[in-house]
Amino acid sequence: MVRLSETTSTNTPDTPALPGDSVRESIVSRVRDVIGDALIDSLVKPGDDIWLRVRTDAWRQAGVVLRDVIGCEYFCFLSAIDWLPSPYGRGEDDPTEPAVERDSTITQGYTGGDTRMQVFARVTNLTTHVGVTVKADVPDDVQVVESWSGVYAGANWHEREAHEMFGIDFAGHNDLRNMYLPSDFEGHPLRKDFPLLARMVKPWPGIVDVEPLPGSDDEEGTAS
Amino acid sequence: MSLLAVSIPYWGQSLLRVLGGTVAILLPAGTIVYLFLFKMMSFMQSRLGPMDAGPYGSLQLVAEVGKWMQKEDLAPNGADKRIFRMAPLVVLVSTFLLVVVVPFGPDAYFTNFDGGVFYMLAVSSVSTLGILVAGWSSANKYSLLGGLRAAGQLIAYELPMVLAVVGVVIQAGTMNLQQIVWRQNSDHAAMFGWTGLGNPYLFTQIIGFVVFMIAVQAELTQVPFDMPIAESELVSGYMTEYSGFRFLIFFIAEFATVGVFTMIASVLFLGGWGVPFAWFGWKTTGPGLFDGVANWMNIAGPIILFVKMTVLSFLAMWVRFSYPRLREDQLQRFAWKVLIPVSLLNIMATAILKVVF
Amino acid sequence: MTDIADRHKLSYIAAQAADARLNVELETEGMTLNIGPQHPATHGTLRIIVRLDGEQVVWAEPSAGYMHRGYEKLTEVRTYPQVTTLVNRIDWLGSFANEVPFILAAEKLMGVEAPPRAQWIRTILFELSRIANVSLFLGDLGAQLGAVTPVFYAFRDREYVLNLIELVTGGRFHPNFDRIGGLFDDLPAGWIDETRHVMKRLRNFCDEIEDILINNVVFQKRTRGVGVIPREVALQYGLSGPNLRASGVDWDLRRDQQLPLAYDKVDFKVWTHPDGDSFARCWVRLQETREATKIVDQLIDGLPSGPIMAKVPRIIKVPAGEAWVSTENPLGEMGYYVVSKGDLGPFRVKIRSASFNNISIVPWVLRGVYIPDIVSILASLYFILGDIDR
Repeated sequence: MVRLSETTSTNTPDTPALPGDSVRESIVSRVRDVIGDALIDSLVKPGDDIWLRVRTDAWRQAGVVLRDVIGCEYFCFLSAIDWLPSPYGRGEDDPTEPAVERDSTITQGYTGGDTRMQVFARVTNLTTHVGVTVKADVPDDVQVVESWSGVYAGANWHEREAHEMFGIDFAGHNDLRNMYLPSDFEGHPLRKDFPLLARMVKPWPGIVDVEPLPGSDDEEGTAS
Repeated sequence: MSLLAVSIPYWGQSLLRVLGGTVAILLPAGTIVYLFLFKMMSFMQSRLGPMDAGPYGSLQLVAEVGKWMQKEDLAPNGADKRIFRMAPLVVLVSTFLLVVVVPFGPDAYFTNFDGGVFYMLAVSSVSTLGILVAGWSSANKYSLLGGLRAAGQLIAYELPMVLAVVGVVIQAGTMNLQQIVWRQNSDHAAMFGWTGLGNPYLFTQIIGFVVFMIAVQAELTQVPFDMPIAESELVSGYMTEYSGFRFLIFFIAEFATVGVFTMIASVLFLGGWGVPFAWFGWKTTGPGLFDGVANWMNIAGPIILFVKMTVLSFLAMWVRFSYPRLREDQLQRFAWKVLIPVSLLNIMATAILKVVF
Repeated sequence: MTDIADRHKLSYIAAQAADARLNVELETEGMTLNIGPQHPATHGTLRIIVRLDGEQVVWAEPSAGYMHRGYEKLTEVRTYPQVTTLVNRIDWLGSFANEVPFILAAEKLMGVEAPPRAQWIRTILFELSRIANVSLFLGDLGAQLGAVTPVFYAFRDREYVLNLIELVTGGRFHPNFDRIGGLFDDLPAGWIDETRHVMKRLRNFCDEIEDILINNVVFQKRTRGVGVIPREVALQYGLSGPNLRASGVDWDLRRDQQLPLAYDKVDFKVWTHPDGDSFARCWVRLQETREATKIVDQLIDGLPSGPIMAKVPRIIKVPAGEAWVSTENPLGEMGYYVVSKGDLGPFRVKIRSASFNNISIVPWVLRGVYIPDIVSILASLYFILGDIDR
């Protein structure tokens, strides 16, 4: 009997070399050629990765451009970031002490931003082995962005999860119900002002009886 | 019964028959469950199986029976209670009806119909009703699916079973099971002129034997034909809602039916309770078929039949623990497009060869 | 801190969150069947609602979330070393593999690279967790389809791999062994010879499974042509790992990206299959297990010596930035998008788990199949509940 293990295998010898920065820069310029000034900011980390930020009304268009023009057929994920620093800190507050005032200035990360929440997605081009992370602001007053479910079929579930966790509406998504939580759940858990229920129900055990971190100041020099 | 030199009144004979029938059901069932289900399956899966209850776990079945019998008798809320309770009994009754026609020795038999084979095939379908009713009355979608699948499968595989047996009947020229045993073992029984092994129909009816064993595997809803039970999809199929004593009845009926069907297979194909008369020089004298056979065959006969049954059920169980299960449209296709034509060809070939030789 | 009434309200919400209900509109045609959450076929608590026409599926919808533990929220209150413990439990069958992308992302942000010996040992443990994970798949495959025996062989031979992992890390299932900058400890003496024996044993196991299951005629009938996923659909949904390669896409993150792991130092084949059916997925996984044993053999032959931990400060504070690292985990592509603000712990971690995408294709692939095929397709797609639900 022919052993199946001898039938099919591939090791493509003509795999393109792992991309250099020229490929990444060219992606940025090609995207800018198509959507013009809707591409607000971009960051190409040398030898590492690409970040793009587009205007909110060009969010869906950015997906179409990436899929058709750049050839990123593979949908990795779609989610959101809430840039508000958590008013609960690291969940280590002592419930018997008065509440601590914390700084609540919103600072965004790579490629900047103007709003509290941003959606971001990642898609990959399998032939040039380049992945692109694209971000867009979610307007603070009405938290709606266009849906990617017509662009990539897999975005369906990711948008449902982002909707239930962050409260962002995706216009054009036909079935935006909860993914993990019961349908009558109130609140959006991954927002920073939603407390971690585990720490509310039972305060952090380290308030009492905790060992201090080893060497409370930076004794060792930082690594190379 | 001339086994003992004492004449037993009719009620005594009936009592002995009932006891004998119960033993004939429970002993094979118990043996198959312990030897094959507990031990053989475990050894195949590189584990030991039950070892605690009794030496090497031999009393495990006793423990299981006790456990099941002391459980609460549940029925689901929406179930049709009367039919729900009747269904396992229907399946068990069909097994008892089957075993009365199996001969255990020259004089050790419960009944000796002239249409024994016909009766056996007819009665083996009674369990289909029980399974279908169990699936329907459980008020559970999974059970319903299991019951419906069972109905289709069991009816489909009746035909290959019947057709496979027809080949044996043609070759033996009779439907009486004792006569079939005599034909295979008697002093006249010879394979191509050699009386050394008698004439077990295994060799001449090899196709019929294979078809019969496959059809029996399907009739017992065993893997690879266990769509009605299909543990990974339907939990337990038609048996899902049964617990306690009723599940025990299903369980015993399942393995007892394995035993009885393999007993019938050994009667039809392996020579039943007999050994070739040529080994002991017995001759067929007188009107009775087995007049020249020693009386101790009434004790040895059941034991020999038991051994043959164990060998055949080993095969059935071995396949059960090795193969994945077929989808029901695949198994229906297999029955209708493969088994039935093959068994029809077998009948034709047997008839032709019977006339020619 | 909230007062007593608010605390009760929040506890009530927390308790309700454990009970997931889905509004399904009442249909009068066809039968609606609930598969799960307790069911022998699903690897855990996955609920699939199917609408049937006879035995054919008209509409199917998985309802995940029975095991949602809120990992992304939990990481926000953990320090970087503590996240490793948390993240072990996402894909609990190959748990070392979950730690690696996160550690690599943190190291990328810090600008630290683990010393070569640590990188090689990380790769060895990564491949061992792949073998542990996929060998269970191979056994469970039979069980889903009715063959009760290969499961036991899988568990028996998997024990050896788990023993190996335990010898190094101290934990069979949840090693929690990776550290930013390297590993917790070095290999014990005699481990390398032990590994060679175990790899040989696993190759025998793969041959056994190929003989008794993959080449079995009933198995072939149940899986060939069932649940075909074409290439474009697989890419759109973000299928990854063996599921993607079984649809003919030649994409393997071990070969196709540069990470500080030792994959570029070893020779290995990437197996693809053009069919995209259940059989292809099972076959690709079998071949990958064999390939993984060969990778481990090469790695232990060339293991460099040296330290296993780079110089990192005692208290780890990762500089501000964002990083994305994904690796070829046993289940598919698993990645972490780590957002850091220079704190002791991450600001936001997005966990991209493979099974989430793999299961999102279920409504598409289950249309028009028979009920037994549901089991065959789900078994071949292979998910872990912790991976879907996080």
